[in-house]
Parts: sequence; C-alpha cells; structure tokens
Amino acid sequence: MKRSQNMFRIFSYIVLLLGLGIVAVPLWYMVSTAFKPQTMVFELPPKFWPDPSTLQNFVKALTTDKFGLYFWNSTKVAFVATSLTVLISSMLAFAFARLNFKFKEPLFYLLLLGMMVPPVMLIIPQFVISHWLKLYNNLWGLILVYITMNISMQTFLLRGVFEDVPRDLEEAAMIDGGNPWTIFTKIILPLSGPGIAVVVINSFLYSWEEYSWANVNIGDTANRTLPIGIALFQSAHLTEWGQVFAASLVALVPVVIIFLIFQRYFVQGISTTGIKG
Amino acid sequence: MQTKKTRNQIIPALIFLIPGFALFFVFFLGPLLYSLRLSFFHWNFAHPDQSVFIGLKNYTDTLKDATFRRAIINTGVYTVITVVVKMVLGFFVAVLLNQKIRGRAFFRVAYYLPVITSWVIVSLLFTYMFSGQGGLVNYFLKDVLHLVNKNIMWLADPILALVPVVLVDIWKGVGWTVVIFLSGLQAIPVELLEAAAVDGANRWQRLIKIMLPMMRGTIVFLVVVLVLGGLNAYVPFKLITGGDPMGQTHSILTLMYHATFESLDFGKGAAISYLLTLFVFVLSFVQLKLLRKPAGE
Repeated sequence: MKRSQNMFRIFSYIVLLLGLGIVAVPLWYMVSTAFKPQTMVFELPPKFWPDPSTLQNFVKALTTDKFGLYFWNSTKVAFVATSLTVLISSMLAFAFARLNFKFKEPLFYLLLLGMMVPPVMLIIPQFVISHWLKLYNNLWGLILVYITMNISMQTFLLRGVFEDVPRDLEEAAMIDGGNPWTIFTKIILPLSGPGIAVVVINSFLYSWEEYSWANVNIGDTANRTLPIGIALFQSAHLTEWGQVFAASLVALVPVVIIFLIFQRYFVQGISTTGIKG
Repeated sequence: MQTKKTRNQIIPALIFLIPGFALFFVFFLGPLLYSLRLSFFHWNFAHPDQSVFIGLKNYTDTLKDATFRRAIINTGVYTVITVVVKMVLGFFVAVLLNQKIRGRAFFRVAYYLPVITSWVIVSLLFTYMFSGQGGLVNYFLKDVLHLVNKNIMWLADPILALVPVVLVDIWKGVGWTVVIFLSGLQAIPVELLEAAAVDGANRWQRLIKIMLPMMRGTIVFLVVVLVLGGLNAYVPFKLITGGDPMGQTHSILTLMYHATFESLDFGKGAAISYLLTLFVFVLSFVQLKLLRKPAGE
C-alpha cells in the first residue's frame, strides 16, 4: 500500500515535469529569441541562451515602431474598459440579485444571450454601427464594444456572488434609512472582493489582448493597440523575430503582474462564482 | 406595504439597468439583428441605400462554395481534436495535481502561463517554431530525432499548415481545463474516495467509477464551452495560416473576415456568420440535452 503510494507519487512527478517541459520550451524559446542578434534568429542548433546576447531588440522595438504609443493606447483602453465593466456589470448584477421589477426574468435571459454569441461574429455589423456613431478609428469604439462583449458573462458571475451575501445586513441598513445605492456601495461591493477580482482579471485580459475587433475598427497608426502593433510588425518585418518577441514580452509584463497579484482570488473566484455547474 | 416596496424599486432598478442595457442594445442586440438584415442584401458599404435585396442568395452561394466547405472541414477537425485532447490531458493533470504533493501551487501557476499569454503572441510564436528553414520543430524532427530527412514546409501545405494551429490551441488551452477540472475534483467529498479505497477499489476504479460520474456537471460545462470556442476559432488561423495556401486553410470565421473585409462582400460575410450561429445554437442545445439527461440532476 505504502509502496504503491510512493510509486504513484514518483509517476506523478515525472508526468508533471514532462508537462512542465512542454509548457516551458516555447516560452523559453520566445524569451531567448528576444535577446538574439538578428543574425542568430535561425541559428541551429538552438542555444539555451544566445551568445552573444543583446538588448538591441528591446531598444529597437520600443523606439522605432511606436510600440511606446501602442502600449499607452492599450493601457488606456484596458484601464477604462475594465473599470467600466466592473461598475456596469456589478450594477446590473445588483439589480438582478436584489431588486424587484417587472420583466426581471426575461431581461436576465435576454442579457445571457450575450454569452452565446461569440464576439468575432458581430464585427461586421459593429463595424457599420461604429461608422455611424463616428467611433471608427477611435479608442472609445474599442472600449464600448469590449464592455458590451463582457457584461453578460460578468453580470452572470456577479449575480451569483451577490446572492450569497447575507440579507440580514441589508435589512439593518434599510431600517437605518439606507437606499439601494448605499446598500450596493456600502454592503454588497465591499463583501464581494474575490468575485470582483475575477471580473477585473477577465475584463482586463480581454481588453488587453483583443485582436479581432481592434484590427477592424482601428485604421490609423496613432490609435493602434499592442496586439495589432505586434501582428502588423511581424507581417511587415517577416524575419525580425527578435524584435517581435521583445515587443511581445513587454506586452506580457502587465498581464503577468495582474495574474500574480490576483492569482489567489482567481482560483478562489472560480469556485465562488459557481462555474463548476 | 408590499406593493409600495415593489413600486419603489422601479426607479432604482432603472438606474442600475440603464447603463448596461443601453450598451447591450447598441453594440450587441442591434448589431445581431442588423447582421441578419445585411445577410439578405448585396450590401453596398459606401452607399447603403443602393444595396440590393437578394433574399437567400448569400446563403445558397455560401453553401455551394468549395472554400466554405473546406473551412467547415478545417474547423470541425480542429474542434474535435483540440476538445478531446484538452479534456483528456486536462483531466489527468488535474487528478495528479489534486494530491498533496510538493510544488502543487507552482505547477498550477506554470501550467496557467500559456492561458494568460495572448492569442496574438502565441500564434506568432508557433509560426516561428514551425518555420520551414531553421525552425525549432524541424530541427527536432530532422536533426535530433531523425524522423524526417529534409525540412518540412509546414505552412506551404494545406493539411500540414493545420498542425501548428491545432497544437497552439492545445498548448495554450490545457491549463484552463486543468483549473476547471481541479475545482470540480475539489468538490468531491474525500470521505467517499477513502471509503471506496477501504472497500478495495484501486486507483483506476476510483477514477472511473467515482470521480468521472461525480464530475458530470464540470464535464458538460467544459465540452459545451470548448466546442463553442473551437467552432469560433479565429486568431490562430488568421495569424498562422491566413487561409493560405489558396484559401484551403480557412476557419469559418477567417473566411467570414476574408469575404467581408478583403472581398468587401458584407452580405456574404454576414450570411457566413449567421450560418455558424445557427449551427452553434443547435449543437449547444443538443449537447446540453444529451449530456445532462442520464444523471437526472
């Protein structure tokens, strides 16, 4: 019994380490390529670490092709879209979890329709509407669409979280003369930290790395976001992989930071929001 | 009292609902219906008033189009392979990570890194690794493993070009299925597994007889979500193959993009997207019916 336990443990480690290798090789290859001089990009056999290594790719990527500007555009879009997604979807979730009004059920199901239709499918009509509303080539065109494509799922998650907040607290606040807005901001939101954290992660990741809609809605160089900048850079400079990955790594920094900060909430969030069904 | 309370909440409800539903109507529901309209027209983007109503012609043309049929096959094969592999690998890794072993948190974070790396970046990374000359994959196959004797031109072949597209999805997606499976596994009572072990059930029997049936909900959720994701594959196809060579490697949605923004046939693009939506709805419905039923939950 004990023996088979140990055997299984060793077997587990071997399999997990093998998996780790498969996950790590492409990532490592990307990192090392970002430090390769252009002449070594296709050098074989591949070295564990390029010799000589260089920071030139980072310098070039950040200075020549406006990556600084793209980074700033992505930051603005992600920051505004994430804040507004949190605000708007928690307001919706509060209404569906706590208020009584006519057509509550049908409205909720209508909103859930947004989870069934994948975003790329709507880019054609959204493109037409974006022209009408003068949002073409405008970062607000990205922000408003990103919020919309996220609110169904995030409202669904948050409604579940809000419903778990005990009602006694609200009744006390009601008696003290609190209105729905104070209950929302003073009781429900402060008690829903992990759920909100999940929404922050979801909507930040979405708006930081969204490609399809940005590719369609942004024409001017000045308004490009990072995913578009990186993809276009690659097609314009087919073999300058060092610079492509230097820019990619810079783009990944905020994502990894957010992930590491919220990682604890993230796994917690999956179980509290009832995704497991 | 009760009626007064109900009436009072209409105003606050409106305040809470209006911002969200305004966006939802303008950028989701409106476009969804508008797209249906587009799909019945030979659409003139510059002068919409000169668009011509052509009934179902966009749909019939699309269904007759060999490139579209090819895109369906590509998307179908991609979906089946990636969903099956991600489910199986994800399940076994989750079972291994569900023990009390050292470095559990580390493995979980490490496996999740590809998930948070953006589609654009991983697609370019796999394009680079699958380069015909000097690519890492060819190097392994030719110079390390000696499985082939000359470099494979992955992206020049209509079938081989799909290999990096499938692999990137599996590589990027397994970490997510692991996390979802783990949360499902953690909901299984430990006492149940211990009782089974005392009764002489071995590890494999516990896996098949207890864990799998207990995780029906998780499995249904994953199958539905992963199939939906697979059928809507876009970025990896767009950035790795771009539909080349000769339009043989499109997914349904890259073909939609191509029809709309390169051939400027908005009506046909909209028809393609509606055909896909229709199919996705029917399939999701059938999946939920089939997978939910036996448990009678």
